[in-house]
Amino acid sequence: MKCALSLIGAAVAAFLGTSAQAETLSIATVNNGDMIRMQKLADHFTKAHPDITLNWVTLEENVLRQRVTTDIATKGGQYDILTIGTYEVPIWSKQNWLMPLDKLGANYDADDLLPSIRNGLTSDGKLYAAPFYGESSMVMYRKDLFEKAGLTMPEAPTWAFIGDAARKLTDKEQEVYGICLRGKAGWGENMAFLSAMANSFGARWFDMSWKPQFNTDPWKKTLTTYLGLMKDAGPRGASSNGFNENLALFQTGKCAMWIDATVAASFVSNPAQSKVADKVGYALAPDNGLGKRSNWLWAWNLAIPASSKKADAAQSFIAWATSKEYIDLVAKEEGWSNVPPGTRSSLYANPEYRKAAPFADLTLKSIQAADPLHPTVQEVPYTGVQFVAIPEFQGIGTAVGQAFSAALAGQMTADQALQSAQALATREMTKAGYIK
Amino acid sequence: MARAATNRRKLGLTLLAWSIGIVIFFPILWTALTSFKTEAEAVASPPSFLAFHWTLENYTEVQQRSDYFLHFMNSVIVSLGSTLAGLLVAVPAAWSMAFVPGRRTRDVLMWMLSTKMLPPVGVLIPIYLLFRDTGLLDTRVGLVIVLTLINLPIIVWMLFTYFREIPGEILEAARMDGAGLKAEILYVLLPMAVPGIASTLLLNVILAWNEAFWTLNLSASQAAPLTAFIASYSSPEGLFYAKLSAASTMAVAPILVLGWFSQKQLVRGLTFGAVK
Amino acid sequence: MATAHSRAAARLTMSPAVLLLLCWMLIPLVMTLYFSFLRYNLLMPGTEEWIGVLNYQYFLTDPAFFAALANTLALVGGVLVLTIAGGIGLALLLDQPFWGQGIVRLLVIAPFFVMPTVSALVWKNMLMNPVNGLFAAIAKGLGLQPFDFLAEAPLSSIILIVTWQWLPFATLILLTALQSLDRERLEAAEMDGAGALDRFIHIILPHLARAMTVVTLIQTIFLLSVFAEILVTTNGGPGTATTNITYLVYAQSLLQFDVGGGSAGGIVAVVLANIVAVFLMRMIGRNLDI
Repeated sequence: MKCALSLIGAAVAAFLGTSAQAETLSIATVNNGDMIRMQKLADHFTKAHPDITLNWVTLEENVLRQRVTTDIATKGGQYDILTIGTYEVPIWSKQNWLMPLDKLGANYDADDLLPSIRNGLTSDGKLYAAPFYGESSMVMYRKDLFEKAGLTMPEAPTWAFIGDAARKLTDKEQEVYGICLRGKAGWGENMAFLSAMANSFGARWFDMSWKPQFNTDPWKKTLTTYLGLMKDAGPRGASSNGFNENLALFQTGKCAMWIDATVAASFVSNPAQSKVADKVGYALAPDNGLGKRSNWLWAWNLAIPASSKKADAAQSFIAWATSKEYIDLVAKEEGWSNVPPGTRSSLYANPEYRKAAPFADLTLKSIQAADPLHPTVQEVPYTGVQFVAIPEFQGIGTAVGQAFSAALAGQMTADQALQSAQALATREMTKAGYIK
Repeated sequence: MARAATNRRKLGLTLLAWSIGIVIFFPILWTALTSFKTEAEAVASPPSFLAFHWTLENYTEVQQRSDYFLHFMNSVIVSLGSTLAGLLVAVPAAWSMAFVPGRRTRDVLMWMLSTKMLPPVGVLIPIYLLFRDTGLLDTRVGLVIVLTLINLPIIVWMLFTYFREIPGEILEAARMDGAGLKAEILYVLLPMAVPGIASTLLLNVILAWNEAFWTLNLSASQAAPLTAFIASYSSPEGLFYAKLSAASTMAVAPILVLGWFSQKQLVRGLTFGAVK
Repeated sequence: MATAHSRAAARLTMSPAVLLLLCWMLIPLVMTLYFSFLRYNLLMPGTEEWIGVLNYQYFLTDPAFFAALANTLALVGGVLVLTIAGGIGLALLLDQPFWGQGIVRLLVIAPFFVMPTVSALVWKNMLMNPVNGLFAAIAKGLGLQPFDFLAEAPLSSIILIVTWQWLPFATLILLTALQSLDRERLEAAEMDGAGALDRFIHIILPHLARAMTVVTLIQTIFLLSVFAEILVTTNGGPGTATTNITYLVYAQSLLQFDVGGGSAGGIVAVVLANIVAVFLMRMIGRNLDI
C-alpha cells in the first residue's frame, strides 16, 4: 500500500508541479478578529506583490495549534507562515524549527517592538517570530454599578478590595454577578488566569528542581480565594466559561467586574456589540502586596518554518503584516480602535490612538509589568508568566486545569483538586525525566 | 361514530407526532433562524423567535471570509469519490460473500467491521508521516483514500446484507443459461442490486461528508472540505453565534437537502439485514 | 453447490477489499505498536529511545484511565438504551396513520445529516449555555433557575447530544423492520383478546430483535470513538467527568504530542475495542445467523 500511495502521490505532485507559477504562500492563522481583518486587508499586500498569492487556513485556536504543531514536528511542510503564541516560539526556536527573521527590511524598526514582547520571541539575539498583536490582562469594571454601590476602583486594586467589591456588587435576582472569571479547563483558559493569579499570591508551578508546588500554601490560598469568590459572586456555570463566554456575559451587562485579556477592552467598549460600552472602566490586574500583579503576557506571532522554500516571500509578508504601515492601514480603513494592539511603542505614543482607545495606557502598563523571566515572587527554572515554556506543559496544564475546573463545578474540594494536581504533575514530570 | 373516534385518535396522534418531530428538529431550525439575526440579537435575552430584524449580513460576511465554494466542492469530491471508490472495491467482495459463502466468510466480515473500532486519534501520527512521505497531505486524493478505507467495512456489510436477500435461484438459472461470470453480474445481479447500492451510496456520502477527524487533520488549504470551514467559525474572540449559525447552515444544508430528497432510496437499503 | 471455479473467483473478487483493509489496519497498527515502546515526543526530536512497557505502565495507571473506561461504557450504553427505546417509540408512532406523516418523518431524520462538530457547537452554545442558551431563557421564562447542563450533568448532557444524533438512525431501521411485520398476526392476536401491551411484548418486540441487534452493532462501532462532541463541549471535563478512552488517547498524543504514550493508549483502546467486538459478534451470531 505504501508503494501504491507513493505512486499516486508522485502523480499528484507532478500534476501540481506543472501548474505552479506565481509563488503561493499558505498562511495558517487563528480565527480572531484581528487576523480576520488582516485577511481582508491582504489585498493591499498582493497588489504591491503581484507575484505572490496567498492561501489562508483560518482555524479555531485549539485546532490550529494542533495542526501546526503536528505539521512542524513531522516536517510536513504544509504551511509557509504560521501563527503561533509566545508559548511555542521559545520551544520551537530551540529545536531549530523556525527561520530567523533577518530580512524584514530596513524600515521595519524592530527596536520599536515592546521589549517584554520582543524578548519572548528572541533567542541568541535573533528574532524568530514577529508579533502581530500582544496582550496582557486587566480588570474591566462597570463604572455605573461601582458608583451606585458607592465604591471607587483604584488604578491598582488588591485582591482583598476585588473580593469585597465583588460580593457587594452581586445581585443574583437581577442577574448581576460581582465578578466573572475563567473556569473552563485548559492551559490557555482557566490556567492562564489561575497561574497569573497564583503569581500574585507568591505561588509557582515548579521549584528549582522542577518539583510541582501545588502542595504549598500560596497555591492553596490562590485556589480557595478563587473558589470562594466565584461561589459568592460568580455567575452560574462558571466552570464552562472561557474568554468568549465571559465576554458575552460582560457585554450583556451581567458582570460588574471581569479580569481578562486586554484585547477584550476594544470589544466591550464597542457600542455595536456591547450594551455597556459607555460604562466600562479599567484597572490593573489585582495584586496581594507581594510585588507581583496577576497579569499575564501573550502575543500572537507570525513565523516561518525552517524548512520553508519560500522564505523571502514569507518574510516580506510578515514584514508587511507586523509593520507600522499596517497599523496605519487598519486605522485608515477601519478606525484606530481596530488596530492590532500591544506590539509597538510608537502606537502608544500616537495621540490619535490614545484618544480612540481609553484603555491604551493601562494596556501598555500591564504589558510592561509582566516579566516572563521572573514571573513570580520566588525564583523559577522556567520562563513564561501564565505558562511554563516546556513541551510537556500543554498536557500538564490542561490536566491541572481539569482538576481546578472540577473544584469550581463542586465535584471536589480545593484540597482534593490541589492533591490531584500535585499527583498528576509529579507523574508527568517524572515520566518526562525532569524529576530524577 | 366509529369514524369520529378514529378521527379523534388520528388528531391526537397527529398532535403528538408533530410535537415530537418539531422538538427533534428544533436545534436545526433554531440554528437556521439564528443565522439571520445580528450578533447582538443572537444572544439577546429573552430570545426572539421570529420577530427580529432579519438580515443576510452573516452570510455575506462568511462568504467574504472563506471560499465556501472551494470547501463545498472539496466536500462533494471527497465524499462522492470515496464512496464510488469504496463501491468499486466492495461490490465484488460483498457479491462473493453473499453468493459463495465460505467457512470464513462470517469471520472476515466481522474482522472488517472491527477495523472500524480503532480509535483514529491513536494512529494519526503514523498516517500523517505516511502521507507526508507520499505527498498526499492536503490533497483530495489523499482524503479520498482515507475515507474509502474508513467506510469500506460499512459499505461491504451493507451490500452483503442486501445481496443476501436476492434469491440464489435466479443466479442458478442464469448460470444454466450459460451466462459467464461477467454477464451474471452485469445483467442479472446488478439490476436487482441497484436499490441496495443506491442506498449504500447515500449513507456513505452522508458519513463521508460529516467525517471531521481525518478530513480536518490531513488537509490544509487546497483540499479542506466543509468540516475545516466550520473549524474557522467556532469560538473566536468576540461574539460569533450568528456567524457560526450561518456557517453551520451552509455546511449542513446541502447534505440535509440531499438526504431529504433521497429519503426513500436511503431507507430502502438501510436495513442491514434486519428485515426478514 | 459452489464450484471450485466460482470459489476461486469469489476469493479473487474479495481480495481487493480484504487486502486494502489489511494494509489500512496493519501498517498503522505495526507503527503504533512500535512507537508504543519508545520514548517519543514530537516536540523533542532526537530523544527517542526504547523504554519497554513504561508507556503502558503510565497509561494504565493514569488516574483518568478507569474513569475514562467507565465513561466510555456509560456513553455507549446510555446512548444505545436511549436510541433503541426512543427509536421503538418513534417507529410505533410513525407507523400509525396521522396527518403529515411524510413531513414529520423528514423532521425526525434530520439530525442524522448534521456534522457532529456542528451539532456539538449548536447544543453547547445556543441551547445548553446557562446564560445565553435557549434552555436557560425558557427556564427563566418559567421563573426557574437555569440549569448548567455541561457543568452539573456533563456526561448526561453529552449522552443527550449523541442520542439526538443517532436517534434517527435507530428509528429508521426499527421502522423498516416494524413495517415488515405481518399485520394479520397482530389482528389475530387482537381478536383473541390480547391487550396492546401483550401484543407489544409477545409479537412486536421479538420481531424487532434483529433490528435492535443491527442498531446495537453499527452504533457501538461509531459510539466507541465519539470524540468531536466531547472536544467541542467539555474538553473531557470538568475533571474527568466526560473523558472517554478516545479522548484520553487524544490528550496524550495530540495535546501533549507524546506519541509514545498516545500509541500505548491507542493499543490499549484497540484491545478494549476487540473485547467489545467479541461480545458483539457472539450476540450477532445468535440473532443474525450469517
